[in-house]
Amino acid sequence: MRYLCIIYDDEKAWENMSQADVEKGMAAYFAFDDSIKKSGHHRVGEALQPTNTATTVRVRNGKISTTDGPYVETKEQLGGFYLIEARDLNDAIQVAARIPSAQWGAIEVRPIQEFPEQQ
Amino acid sequence: MPDPIDAVYRAESRRVLATLIRLLGDFDLAEEALQDAFAEAIEKWPIEGMPANPRTWLVSAGRFRAIDKMRRRATFDAALARVSAYAQNSAHTPADIDDERVDDDELRLIFTCCHPALAGDAQIALTLREVCGLSTEVIAHAFMTSAPTIAQRIVRAKGKIRDARIPYELPARGELTDRLDAVLRVIYLVFNEGYSASAGDSLTRVELSAEAIRLGRLLVDLLPEPEVIGLLALMLLHDSRRGARVSPAGELVLLSDQDRSRWNRDLIAEGTVLVERALSSRRAGPYSLQAAISAVHAEAPGAEATDWAQIVGIYDVLLRMDPAPIVELNRAAAVAMRDGPVAGLMLIDAILVRGDLTDYQHAHSARADCLRRLDRRDEAAAAYRHALSLTTQDAERQFLERRLAGLLAAPPLMQREIHPKLPNERGRRT
Repeated sequence: MRYLCIIYDDEKAWENMSQADVEKGMAAYFAFDDSIKKSGHHRVGEALQPTNTATTVRVRNGKISTTDGPYVETKEQLGGFYLIEARDLNDAIQVAARIPSAQWGAIEVRPIQEFPEQQ
Repeated sequence: MPDPIDAVYRAESRRVLATLIRLLGDFDLAEEALQDAFAEAIEKWPIEGMPANPRTWLVSAGRFRAIDKMRRRATFDAALARVSAYAQNSAHTPADIDDERVDDDELRLIFTCCHPALAGDAQIALTLREVCGLSTEVIAHAFMTSAPTIAQRIVRAKGKIRDARIPYELPARGELTDRLDAVLRVIYLVFNEGYSASAGDSLTRVELSAEAIRLGRLLVDLLPEPEVIGLLALMLLHDSRRGARVSPAGELVLLSDQDRSRWNRDLIAEGTVLVERALSSRRAGPYSLQAAISAVHAEAPGAEATDWAQIVGIYDVLLRMDPAPIVELNRAAAVAMRDGPVAGLMLIDAILVRGDLTDYQHAHSARADCLRRLDRRDEAAAAYRHALSLTTQDAERQFLERRLAGLLAAPPLMQREIHPKLPNERGRRT
């Protein structure tokens, strides 16, 4: 079963980190990436640029409206994601717990909605 | 239901359900299968006689009926087709329903109902419904909410188990501690709801505590970890005082004022043996330590003969393990008994000054008690009033009001201090 692990952390914390700490964080992510590729959990994983690059788009009455920034302002921002293949929720939780940001931010684990035609 | 079948239902229905959930892979299907199996038993057993192993018979009958139903429905429902495939494809041999696997099924059911990915109130509702077999009406009554609310919580929880695929399995070794914590918390919350809550009728509350103790015993049988044993000990020792802790008028009676001849000695004996067993493991945790404190109270012939030094010592260990303000407050109350009210008051004030527990009723009533013992009446009265403003339970409110009234009526122990800055109703009395 596929799960999306959505990574929330404080992007300001990343900005204010020392170069050495940023490198340490990146190294932890590279190691995690490698480990879930080897274990077969990995499908897709990406980091996102900071929320100041985000644009929110809506269409109302056929008219496109765009606004600056993310849809909701929160203390922790959506910073990246992994799409994983896991046996069940317990397996997915074990993978999510190893995502480096789980140490300082939070990981939301959401099962992917499977539609009959996909099966 | 005829009597012998009724007895089998009471003894075995939850275990049959636990196994059917594993075999069928779905809570709702398993519940339906359980009902079908008993319906068939009522039909057949009076004619054919009771089978040698009723539980195995019920599991087989339930599973057969469920698969039959699913085959007929699967054509119409794609989701059911998947469940149906699971139930039919997983190869089940008679060994699958032997006693050991069935014990595991009961544990699986408990761990699944208390899965930390479910909301706390859903864990409780699901455990009482599925593991204990209580009706949604009884659960709703116990938690002072409506049956539809409880039913909705249960439906949502089952939905999450199915859709997010929470597995029906025992936790892996590495997860056991965390997962067990959740189970113990649910059991203790159920117990406390039955023991401490002052609202709701006493019958339902006794039933809740009894269910929690039954779960505790079951868990000790299935998984005798030190904290599992410690929790059962704690519940038994608390329960031993049930008859003495509320007066006939429904007022709360403090531990120190309880009639100890009304404590249940059998429960105390059983609890004390369990405490010793948990402590001797050298892996005792917070439940075992709280049980040990309760056991020290239980062995004292009277409140004044309590070994407060030992109790403070256990709180010291507990505080190192779990440095929570509430533990600190309880330790302070024990220190007030060992070293006197001045020592206790200093510790309580330190917690409050730090900004912890400022809205916690018991912090203010413990403080009031120290002030009362020091005969600092105005301050004690103010602290009792503060505690009163924070309490929501009738029995606690009555208790605090009695304390306050007693304080205002009693003759002074020593020359009363005058507080000119606080003109209040006491000024009119003198």
